[in-house]
Amino acid sequence: MITEDPKHQDIHEYLAEMEDIPGTRVFTAKRARQGYHLNQFAMSLMKDENRAKFKADERAYLDEWPLTEAQKLGVLARDYNKCLDLGGNVYFLSKLFSTDGIPFAEAVSTMTDMKFPEYREMMMRGGRSPEGVRSIKANEAAAAAKKEDR
Amino acid sequence: MARITAGVASSHVPLLGVASDFNKDRDDYFGPIFAGYDWTREWEKAEKPDVVILVYNDHASAFDMKIIPTFAIGCGERYKSADEGWGPRAVPDVEGHPDLAWHMAQSLILDEFDMTIINEMDVDHGLTVPLSMMFGKPDAWPCKVVPLAVNVVTYPPPSGNRCWALGEAVRKAVESFPEDLNVQIWGTGGMSHQLQGPRAGLINKEWDNRFLDGLVGDSDHLRRIPHIEYLRETGSEGIEMVMWLVMRGALGKNTRALHRHYHVPCSNTAIGHMVLRPDNGEGLDMTGSDVTAIAAE
Repeated sequence: MITEDPKHQDIHEYLAEMEDIPGTRVFTAKRARQGYHLNQFAMSLMKDENRAKFKADERAYLDEWPLTEAQKLGVLARDYNKCLDLGGNVYFLSKLFSTDGIPFAEAVSTMTDMKFPEYREMMMRGGRSPEGVRSIKANEAAAAAKKEDR
Repeated sequence: MARITAGVASSHVPLLGVASDFNKDRDDYFGPIFAGYDWTREWEKAEKPDVVILVYNDHASAFDMKIIPTFAIGCGERYKSADEGWGPRAVPDVEGHPDLAWHMAQSLILDEFDMTIINEMDVDHGLTVPLSMMFGKPDAWPCKVVPLAVNVVTYPPPSGNRCWALGEAVRKAVESFPEDLNVQIWGTGGMSHQLQGPRAGLINKEWDNRFLDGLVGDSDHLRRIPHIEYLRETGSEGIEMVMWLVMRGALGKNTRALHRHYHVPCSNTAIGHMVLRPDNGEGLDMTGSDVTAIAAE
């Protein structure tokens, strides 16, 4: 395990590292700011009356919130990767999973390149290995080195 | 004097609450998960803690994005189970210990931790699932609870080092409370899991087990793990393990492991659970039972 002194952390280096993980959107301040209304909309689905209202007319309900058109379309399509890109956070978006009545794991699987049964099978076998998905930069460097070898 | 007599670490996966509430806890899927808590349930019956300081994170239930406290302490009399979108869990209300909690808040603030004080809130699965795992399904929880909420959702969360130091300050706060109380501290959440994006489903057994190893004994190297290592190695939600460091920091220099359990998978996550005794030559075993014998069973 790495043993760095956290007192000497540079904020810009810290934030750059957050963007260097393959297939991962870390909920940084930038995303938190961008997704504020999207997440607060999702939060409103904690109430039964709001869930009913949303289900009755999703578009009309979304139009009551100061969301961007892209955010609204992301929600309507249940395109969770798009929602994450636009500042959504999975704990907030999970209110949408429960409104749809689908299990958390199934909703999570839609963000991967697998169908739910395949994803579930991967979890039963011990989950996704961190091998090869730790760093975008490290992967690029390894690919470049491999190319040079040829 | 109040004393911290044990530390408990546990995942708090919401699905475990569902399994417990709908009596699925001994089926093929959940059986191996719940079996790892059997030892602890028996042990808790003997330990009879008066108060549990329960370090957990809220999952967009009590706190939305309007207010994001880094460290918050529940000083209320009573907390209800939150409605997380399926209606509230049918579990007993959680009884607080306002006298101890307010005392802790004062002591922690004087120790330069800027605590947010909460007098009213609902508590979600982050807090109620560990209670179910450790105590089963009683009509009332057998102890009082001081909720200690840590932000691990919006970045940056507090550093591991800061969490450990908060634990040290919690211990000092508890030990300066005049009432004779048997206090446990629980660190919840984790272990490796990623709930979002194309990399979802990440599990790192080797790393998780090294982390469990690191909680035992007199090393404090875990406090130096940077956020990026949790993210790369244990998934975007593995960062919850910094909450275990509040627990570990509160146990003092040295610990002994009484019980350890690890299982994959539970839904999208790895389950980790550990029971620790502070072992600082203070004779903190309040049960009088032979712990080595229990652990060997």
